[in-house]
This record gives sequence, structure tokens and C-alpha cells, in this order.
Amino acid sequence: MNEIVQGLLEAGRMIVTLDRDLIEITLRSLQVTLTAVVIASAIGLPMGAWLAINRFRFRRETIALLNALMGLPPVVVGLIVYLMLSRSGPFGVFGLLFTPTAMVIAQVIIVTPLVASIAHQAIRDLWAEYHDLLISLNTTRGQRILALIWDGRRALLTASLAGFGRAIGEVGAIMIVGGNIDHATRVLTTAIALETGKGNFALALGLGFVLIGLAIALNIAIHALSRTERDSQW
Amino acid sequence: MVSSILPLEVAGACVRKRGAHLVGPVDLTLTGKGISILMGPNGSGKTTLLRLLHGLERPATGSLRWSAPATEARQRQAYVFQTPIMMRRSVLDSIAYPMTLHGERRARAREMARDWAERVGIGHAIDRHATVLSGGEKQKLALARALIRQPDVLFLDEPCANLDGRATREIEAILTRARDEGVRIVMATHDMGQARRLADEVLFLLKGRLHSSGPADTFFSHPRTPEAKAFLNGDILE
Repeated sequence: MNEIVQGLLEAGRMIVTLDRDLIEITLRSLQVTLTAVVIASAIGLPMGAWLAINRFRFRRETIALLNALMGLPPVVVGLIVYLMLSRSGPFGVFGLLFTPTAMVIAQVIIVTPLVASIAHQAIRDLWAEYHDLLISLNTTRGQRILALIWDGRRALLTASLAGFGRAIGEVGAIMIVGGNIDHATRVLTTAIALETGKGNFALALGLGFVLIGLAIALNIAIHALSRTERDSQW
Repeated sequence: MVSSILPLEVAGACVRKRGAHLVGPVDLTLTGKGISILMGPNGSGKTTLLRLLHGLERPATGSLRWSAPATEARQRQAYVFQTPIMMRRSVLDSIAYPMTLHGERRARAREMARDWAERVGIGHAIDRHATVLSGGEKQKLALARALIRQPDVLFLDEPCANLDGRATREIEAILTRARDEGVRIVMATHDMGQARRLADEVLFLLKGRLHSSGPADTFFSHPRTPEAKAFLNGDILE
């Protein structure tokens, strides 16, 4: 209990004094996570919509696989990305290992199935509602996907936020591909893991509270900006 | 581009779903102007026939042939559903949607949508969300959305079901005006009074088949068959 109080005080101290290290790793956490979520959303949202409106062979199996991929073990993803980006790997020539870009790649792989799967479920319900209208209006497949994504944007925002939640708290994969290098690839979660390993629980807890506060603040800000819950029928 | 997509020639068209025979075989020619009313008891196939004519159902056998190429024919007809499908947009954007789909600039499409909203009597609600409108307002929105592209043919599936007398009268006024402006209307209804007020032609369906058809006056004053007579008398048709 004492350590939790100390952690809260440490978090308060770091925020009040605008601790330089805290700001640096917080900004890097946001940079890596937001970049990954934007890329994962750009892939996952249209993929979810496409899966919802198209009928093809092995569709059920594809959706089942997508749902299964939501539970991808981050450490395994990290290991595979590490092997791909290491000097002897197929993409080693790009020199991306132990850079924020490598961390983004790992997070995109982890988050995309989650975003696509939630988007698929949301769009599937909307498609059932819109089906006859969009067919009657003689829309093309692309126009249908656009209409469903636009009109389902509130639900899709939830999909992206779920992706953000998964990415901001991720540690296993980014530790492997990022290396937790000070002033280079250290982010909040890897810093917490490091401080815990050193037995510096107050600082680790302080960073943890900052991480939680950050995730909550960003979610609230996005909900406020997108006016979710203000219009009950939307 | 042809001047009208009519006539529509339907020859021996049947609709089957999951092994069940729903409609047909239907032979029908849709020409000219005016309002054709589809009548018949529940389960007679009114909705399925409307959906077939509009292209929402594919014929299992037989054929439908418009006088225009298929793509053009689809673009020059519209459909209003019994339960209006409301997009999660403002009233204005919902009405403008068919125009933007076909390349109209957003500003111009919204201007036209504003005009149509006024014409159908929902000009006061253009900034509201389509999903929170009343039943009558939703149906007016659906009509404006269908009419904004000035279709040659408009299909309506019981557009006044569940509406009160005032809303029904307003919808009928919109339809009459559309007919006077040259839109060919095919509408299913259960409402005998509405059929008498609007119909130029009656298509009477029974058990999935077009039992009889002809001018409305003749159908209502001198029904040709015992089944049509029984239907007009309000008897239960098995």
C-alpha cells in the first residue's frame, strides 16, 4: 500500500516538475502508438468493411482466422519481426532493428487484426440495415464501403480506440524489436519493466499511473472531439 | 440515353428462395404514365414482385427487359421501402446522398436536397439526424431521396403503412405531384381507400400470381373474377 502511495506521489512529482525523461518517453510512446494505430486503422477498417459486404469462398474461415489473430502473442510477433529485421533477415538491409519504426511495425501487426475484427462486426450490422438501400441506389462496391465506414464511424472509432488500448500497453514485442534503448526506443511500458527489474517500484508505479492517465485522457479527448454518446441514435 | 426506360416487359418471371416458390410466373408490361397499384392479401407476393421489378430480386426463371440498357435502367428508377431505411446522417445529407453518388458536387447536391426537403414538407428538419424523425417524416425523407434524381419509375412498398391520416394525405399529395410531373409509379398498398384515390391501374395479385389487371375504375366497379370481388368485399381469401 505504501508503495502505491509513493508511486502516486512520484507520478505527481514527475508531472509537476515536467521531468525531462518522462516527457521524452511519453512523447515517444504516443508517437509509436498513434502511428501504429493510424496505420492499423487504415488497413483494418476497410478490411473489416470489405469482409462484411463480400461473399467469397472460405469467408467464414477468413473471419475465424482474423478473430483468432486478435489474440496474437506479442512476444512471438516481436520475435518474428526481430528475425525479419535483423542483419541476417530479409529486411535487414533497411537497418530498422532497434528503432521506433521497428516498434511501429510490430504494433501494426498486433493491432490490425483487432481493429479489423471489431470493424467487421460493426459494419456487418450496419450492412444488414443498409443492404437494400445501397443496392437500390445502384452503388459500386467502393461506394458501399465508403458509406458504411462514414456512417459507422462512431463504432469504428471504438475499434481504433481498442487498438490504441492494446498498443499503448504493449511491452513484449516492442522490448524485443526496440531494445529499450535510453533516448532512442524507450517508451513508458519498457521503462516500467526496466524500473521494476531494478527494484525501483515507486518510479515504476509512477510511470504506470502516467500511462493509465494518458490512455484515459486520450480516450476522453477522442470521444469528446467525435461527439460520441451525445446523439443517442447515432 | 433513351428518353424513357419504359416499357418494362416481364415474361414468365418467377422468384424462388430456399426452394420456396414466392412469385410467378408473371407476365406484365409496364408502360405509359400514371400510378399502378399492386393489391392482394397478405403473402400474395406484392413486396416480392416490387423487388423483382426493381432488381432487388433475381428471377429464377423468365426475364425482365427495360427499353434501356440494364445499368441505365437501374439508375433511372427508385424504390421506397415499407420501413424507411435511415442513414446515420443529417436529413439534408441523406437526401443529397444519391446525387453525390453520381458525381454531383456536394454544394449543388445539398442545394437540391434543401429544395426537395421543402417540397416534401420536411424543410424545417434538414439539420436534424435522419434517425430521430417521426415515422411520417422518415417516409417523406425516403420519398425526397428517391425523387431527387427524377426517376422515370418509382416503386413504393406500402409507404403509408403505420402512418396516420394526415401523414398519409401528405404522402399521397407528393405522389400525385410526382405522377403529374411524369414519374411512373408502381405502389403496393393494403389500403383500399388509398388505392381508390390514387390508382390509374390495378394489378391484383393472388398466391404469387398476377390474377387480374386493368384500369382502376373497372377493377373497383366491375371486378372480373369472384376472387377480386371477394377481395373488394373484404372477404378472407384462402
